[in-house]
Amino acid sequence: MDLQEYFSLVFSDYTLRTITLGTAILGAVTGMLGSFAVLRKQSLLGDAISHAALPGIAIAFLITGAKDSNTLLLGALISGLIGTFWIRGIISKTHLKSDTALGLILSLFFGFGMLLLTYIQKQPNANQAGLDKYLFGQAATLVESDVWLMAIVTGICLFVLLLFWKEFKLLLFDEDYTKTLGFNTKFIDILITTFIVLAIVLGLQTVGVVLMSAMLLAPAAAARQWTNSLSVMVMLAAIFGAFSGVVGTAISASQNNLSTGPVIVLVASVFVMFSFIFSPSRGLLFKQIRFIKNRRDLELHKTLAFMHNIAETHEDISHPHTIKILNNFQGFTRKTLQKLVDLDYVILNSNMWSLTEKGFKTASNLYSQPSEDE
Amino acid sequence: MNSAQIEIQLIASVVAIACAIPGTFLVLRKMAMISDAISHSILPGIVLGFFITHNLNSPLLILLAALTGIITVVLVEYIQKTGLVKEDTAIGLVFPALFSIGVIMIAKNANDVHLDVDAVLLGELAFAPFDRLLINGTDFGPKSLWIIGTILLITVTLLIAFFKELKVSTFDKGLAASLGFSPAIIHYGLMSVASVTTVGAFDAVGAILVVALMIAPAATAYLLTTDLKKMLLLAIIFGVFGAISGYWFAHWLDASISGSITTMLGLLFLTVYLFAPNKGLISVMYREKQQRIEVSLLTFLLHLKNHSEESERHVNHLNEHINWQKVRSKVVLELALKNNMIHIDNEIVSLTEKGNKFTTQAIDYIITNEDAQIEHMKDDFFLFRG
Repeated sequence: MDLQEYFSLVFSDYTLRTITLGTAILGAVTGMLGSFAVLRKQSLLGDAISHAALPGIAIAFLITGAKDSNTLLLGALISGLIGTFWIRGIISKTHLKSDTALGLILSLFFGFGMLLLTYIQKQPNANQAGLDKYLFGQAATLVESDVWLMAIVTGICLFVLLLFWKEFKLLLFDEDYTKTLGFNTKFIDILITTFIVLAIVLGLQTVGVVLMSAMLLAPAAAARQWTNSLSVMVMLAAIFGAFSGVVGTAISASQNNLSTGPVIVLVASVFVMFSFIFSPSRGLLFKQIRFIKNRRDLELHKTLAFMHNIAETHEDISHPHTIKILNNFQGFTRKTLQKLVDLDYVILNSNMWSLTEKGFKTASNLYSQPSEDE
Repeated sequence: MNSAQIEIQLIASVVAIACAIPGTFLVLRKMAMISDAISHSILPGIVLGFFITHNLNSPLLILLAALTGIITVVLVEYIQKTGLVKEDTAIGLVFPALFSIGVIMIAKNANDVHLDVDAVLLGELAFAPFDRLLINGTDFGPKSLWIIGTILLITVTLLIAFFKELKVSTFDKGLAASLGFSPAIIHYGLMSVASVTTVGAFDAVGAILVVALMIAPAATAYLLTTDLKKMLLLAIIFGVFGAISGYWFAHWLDASISGSITTMLGLLFLTVYLFAPNKGLISVMYREKQQRIEVSLLTFLLHLKNHSEESERHVNHLNEHINWQKVRSKVVLELALKNNMIHIDNEIVSLTEKGNKFTTQAIDYIITNEDAQIEHMKDDFFLFRG
């Protein structure tokens, strides 16, 4: 199946439609909530939570003995929350730093989950096969009810986000101020963390434990480069996330042997890379261009100032001098000289240069009123 | 115990020691999450190495994979330096991308590569003794034991040779630089050791367990001591304890050995986290509670000192005036009585000589913040222990 075929089938074929819709919704909701995680410097929390959710899935299966994805996700949610709050406890009550706490909970919970999974596999229970899809995710196993669940959770998320928008925003940028205004910061904090955990747990079935953190981070990190406004960033992140979901699904469906999760993550990474390089205000490319331009301006000014110093020693400011005396000067190149001529600051006469009236004025005002010559 | 069992425990213990040493420094340098990133992003290196060598145990593969680990570190640092995103976001962006590339490489070449993502992430220690090192038909023991043993030897040699440099650059980068050791060389050296260890161990125990073995013993040890040498030693002991007890736990449960080693490390951490003498949760909460009471006591004593009139010092009035709950005021009152700081006469509370002196000293301390004067009070009161 090639890409064209995919797009013609996406509206008619049940499986394709479900998967595409599922990954798009997932991308949107993780992008939205990921913006908060990224801005709160909790980027790696997503990684820890997704790993911490694994034992919950296994325990839920051990208790119920059924593979109903809703109960498994409930188990994942509970164990993800336990992991999150334990991380908080370690950071606030001991001198261990946040990275240690994250790595600790991540690896310990994941290891415990693996222990349970292998234990389950040894059980004489034909029902257990397929639990390991939560490790790497299998978008192909999405059914319509899963997509409905995602849509409902996204709806609730959006509703809560709009309802508490002001509080979230305040907490994000100035926690102490939020406290002095009388908001219950603990409640807001728990609310937003719970929703982040919820979004991660939803994605486990599709992208898997290992890659879930990228779904949370990448769209938000890309969106951050294009704007300084929170609302725009959240919206952009949702769009980027949904788009990576759809494109990733399309690419993986059009090729053999490509699992959806890694492709979605790679597409999202491409978004990030593109944003890092080409964003107009923060991007590396334009930053470099601005840097070069500033350096050129500086060199131009240096040359002009140097000329001004020489010209000052003569009574007649337009007294010609040879170009040669400029040669040992750092800021000087043929180009800067040409530019000075273009700007009408300097007149060239064969091998001689002389300052114009305008050039002399600009040069003497160069450091006293820098705003004028910009 | 048969020889395979002994060999498995030996391999697990050697891996635990090899991980605990770089792990201690990663935890101290606040770079624990880097080990998680490395453990994921070595996957493309392993796959690439496997294409070239067709042998999971070849040294070339280990070098290639370790190189991917170092590339991860360099990439993360480059992104951090651009300042486009916060530090930890850089880690979270790099390793999933590299891991995805690895997964896709395996998936696209599934027919040629007998390599499983599960195997890389989770490992299977139980099979390690079956892959033996044979030279001219003589059996020299399991291959993975040789690999990880060599890595451990290199790590220990480096540790002993550069212990001073590592110590100084971990705790005071500026001092290290001014003494002439380049923090950058130490940093990348440590990263290289961490990468090589991760790669060397993945075959036996899986990449995720490597993370657990690096962070958990070191973090547990850090809760018990602040001495670097003791911390290293404790981390090694905890790692080996986790490895051996984990093996028997898995044996009993008939489940994954690496999962069970991690679980034992988790239980160990939980125990220490709760019960560590100074930094454990219980002792921290007890200390915080005591400090709260002592602040109340000080407020109470101050009130008494400031009011000589009897009406202000009547028991009933104090209850109303300070407005503490019954229970708390009782606790505070008892503490004050026990220390002979007040006496109650006809329901009038007044300061004793000792109480008066104590209050003056405490106020002096709060105003001047001079530590030396209250040395003797530290034994009785948590409040002054900082």
